Amino acid sequence: MTKKIKNLNLNFGPQHPAAHGVLRLILELDGEVVEKADPHIGLLHRGTEKLIENKTYMQAVPYFDRLDYVAPMNQEHAFALAIEKILKIDVPIRAQYIRVMFCEIGRILSHILNVTTQALDVGALTPSLWGFEERETLMTFYERASGSRLHANYFRAGGVHQDLPAGLENDIGKFCETFPKIINDLENLLTDNRIFKQRNVDIGIVTKDDALDYSFSGVMIRGSGVPWDLRKSQPYDCYDQLEFKIPVGKNGDCYDRYLCRIEEMKESVSIIKQCLARMEKGPIKAFDGKISPPSKKEIKQSMEALIHHFKLFTEGYRVPEDEIYTAVEAPKGEFGVYLISDGSSKPYKCKIRAPGFSHLQSMDYLIKGHMLADVPAVLGSLDIVFGEVDR
Amino acid sequence: MENLIDLEKKINSELTTKINKTSIKHSQIYVQIDKEDLIDVVLFLKTNKDFKFRQLIDITVVDYPEETQRFKIVYLFLSHEFNQRMILSYFINENEVIPSLTSIFPSANWMEREVFDMYGVNFKDHPDLRRILTDYGFEGHPLRKDFPLTGHVEVRYNEEKKKVINEPVKLEQNYRNFDYESPWEGTKYIKEISETNDKKN
Repeated sequence: MTKKIKNLNLNFGPQHPAAHGVLRLILELDGEVVEKADPHIGLLHRGTEKLIENKTYMQAVPYFDRLDYVAPMNQEHAFALAIEKILKIDVPIRAQYIRVMFCEIGRILSHILNVTTQALDVGALTPSLWGFEERETLMTFYERASGSRLHANYFRAGGVHQDLPAGLENDIGKFCETFPKIINDLENLLTDNRIFKQRNVDIGIVTKDDALDYSFSGVMIRGSGVPWDLRKSQPYDCYDQLEFKIPVGKNGDCYDRYLCRIEEMKESVSIIKQCLARMEKGPIKAFDGKISPPSKKEIKQSMEALIHHFKLFTEGYRVPEDEIYTAVEAPKGEFGVYLISDGSSKPYKCKIRAPGFSHLQSMDYLIKGHMLADVPAVLGSLDIVFGEVDR
Repeated sequence: MENLIDLEKKINSELTTKINKTSIKHSQIYVQIDKEDLIDVVLFLKTNKDFKFRQLIDITVVDYPEETQRFKIVYLFLSHEFNQRMILSYFINENEVIPSLTSIFPSANWMEREVFDMYGVNFKDHPDLRRILTDYGFEGHPLRKDFPLTGHVEVRYNEEKKKVINEPVKLEQNYRNFDYESPWEGTKYIKEISETNDKKN
């Protein structure tokens, strides 16, 4: 007598601690082996692109914080660069260093979260406790510069909103001295850990060709051995003046991606140090009164500054007709903004290219043939944040 | 930049009849083609050793509701080998069906689903054309310019029916869109003046 065995459909999420947000994953299981994965996304869709079309350029910046809310300033950077390129404005060198520095802080923020929660998903609790303390420190830096721990709204076209407060540079410098030790501690816990390796080595392997075909970027493509980093290949702001290395993986599995992230954090610390060493006093936003708001002092003294202030915060600045795609190397990969301006003070179209979107898309390809228990490990190493996937 | 000019020349000479217009802006190459040539052009640019646009970065649409050819379909490509970006585009009418790139780039799958969801553009030969970002059972295409910012329905939990229901949007206050834009173009000499001001302070 033969018995017919039906595949089991399992609903993973939308509320599941290992789903890293609101992911509904429909898994088709044959015993414990995953046959098919169908991610349902959009549960966090807020219509960011539609909203941006209805806001002035300056009002659109906060929406970028809410995309990848783990590393908010990296997103703002892409948008600021796009506007700067269209308006052809130069950013003062101090502002460039500040922006790069905070982008690297964002990278560390994101990588700590990812590495430690990935460890959490495969059963290690301690790294997250250690890592989150450092994240808290970094977020106080965000807070001191921008007034907000998470949703910074700090970058502007032409520079940054305000100068760093007194003492912040020192404290970031001190952090750079102590943080490498924390990375070492995390590595001691994880890198040679038998359980961590069993759960990650040879899991979710991506070949070079597939990484390209599936539009991977960032750590996902570097983990597979493609030495591609926009900070090096298409440098923006002052990245071309800084020295840093691009860690590249070999096997393209979850473990290699973990190693890449650890190495990238070390490089980020070195970049922050270089920025601090080179940063000199100076202006932090473009001079043009038509784009940068005047200082409070000027408003009290100059009629023209007052008019500028009024016009900037009602009408906003206008951006001439153009079409541009600008990308930055966000912690998760290539984050791009495709902007179409029509000469008014609001973008006509602003398409946001989120790295997580293409990474999550490949879930089916990555997980096919793996065990159910590998789903959180693979999902963890994809580094998904739903703010940017769903937009 | 020189490289880019060579690239533009090469694209024009290799694909003469299929290219409508090329231009270089912001160190990227912008190429306009016809809908019918999409598959040929993309396949050629992906596989040819001189171009190697191996990665599809994104697909998107721009909506121009006043035009007869309403939608502009935009494809962003990246060539790692030559470190170049290309923006490929063509115009279509509102109800036209366009070819899918899923056979060439597997990553086009979700991108095209998003385009379908947001703009209602249909793809031929797409394996799984469902909505992706909006809710199950959603109606309309949110990123079209004629779709209102506040949407048509709002969602809430109904205590009597013991389930989540959709209702027409009721707002206490409508979305207010003030037109702040002044017709005054402004003068050109302001930039120099504000620079000297900054130095004084």
